[in-house]
Amino acid sequence: MDARTESEPTAMKNRTTAERKSEREFVVTRTINGPARLVFEAWTKAELLAKWWVPKSFGLSLISCEVDARVGGKYRLVFKHGASEPMAFFGSYLEVKPHSRLSWTNEEGGEGGHVSTVTFEEKAGKTLVVLQELYSTKEALDAAVASGEIGQGGMSETFDQLDELLATLGASVRRS
Amino acid sequence: MVQYLTARLDASFAALSDATRRGVLEQLGRSDASITELAEKFHMTLTGMKKHVGVLEQAGLVSTEKIGRVRACKLGPRRLEDETAWLERYRQLWDARFDELDKVVEELKRKEKVNGRKN
Repeated sequence: MDARTESEPTAMKNRTTAERKSEREFVVTRTINGPARLVFEAWTKAELLAKWWVPKSFGLSLISCEVDARVGGKYRLVFKHGASEPMAFFGSYLEVKPHSRLSWTNEEGGEGGHVSTVTFEEKAGKTLVVLQELYSTKEALDAAVASGEIGQGGMSETFDQLDELLATLGASVRRS
Repeated sequence: MVQYLTARLDASFAALSDATRRGVLEQLGRSDASITELAEKFHMTLTGMKKHVGVLEQAGLVSTEKIGRVRACKLGPRRLEDETAWLERYRQLWDARFDELDKVVEELKRKEKVNGRKN
């Protein structure tokens, strides 16, 4: 357990776990220091989601964030990394149960994208967040891993690796 | 870590830059094979195929095992390592994201307190 303390006396940093649960799914868990009501709000209001979905350390900027958190409602997030072309991530909500459960599709990769489901379980003023990413087939999940992409906002590291690679290639070309 | 990744990427790209080696990977994706079988399949000398397999093995894309007089080749061990590395990056993404979410929720809690709203 990482016991690093934040500026708030009560805000002990909680542990995030990620695990492959089956051939088709990944599960991420984390306890958030606040009631489910507020966690749900932060997850379903565009202006709040925009504040945390792309961590500052990622070097990505969020260009736009549209969220219509109703069953059948759509979301659309557009990111930009450096001088690259903006990338859009979008889908629609399958389930919206206030304060306890949200489920949405990920359609940027075409049909058959994975489905994300998050549940919020409140205990003593804190909320256990369990996020499940369910792929249509084992092959689809394996392909996601093989591509090196880790989903929305997570592509910066891929870019960094590519930058590194290009720098190395450039250096070796100059040497030869 | 970055150097390690770069070295690995370099090795992978070098390994994959050759059509025969890509063909060998595809072949091994279907079934394991011996060097002799691969050499026949790709109309090459044993020595030539050994060299290609060596490059793939160095990149971690293929593993080989000597069984009697035959050297058996199969895909590996990169796949598993890749998944572990991927999962760790994925966990880090969510860890960073949840740190920010904690801040947002903290701010919401403060605002509620100021507004005198009780849960």
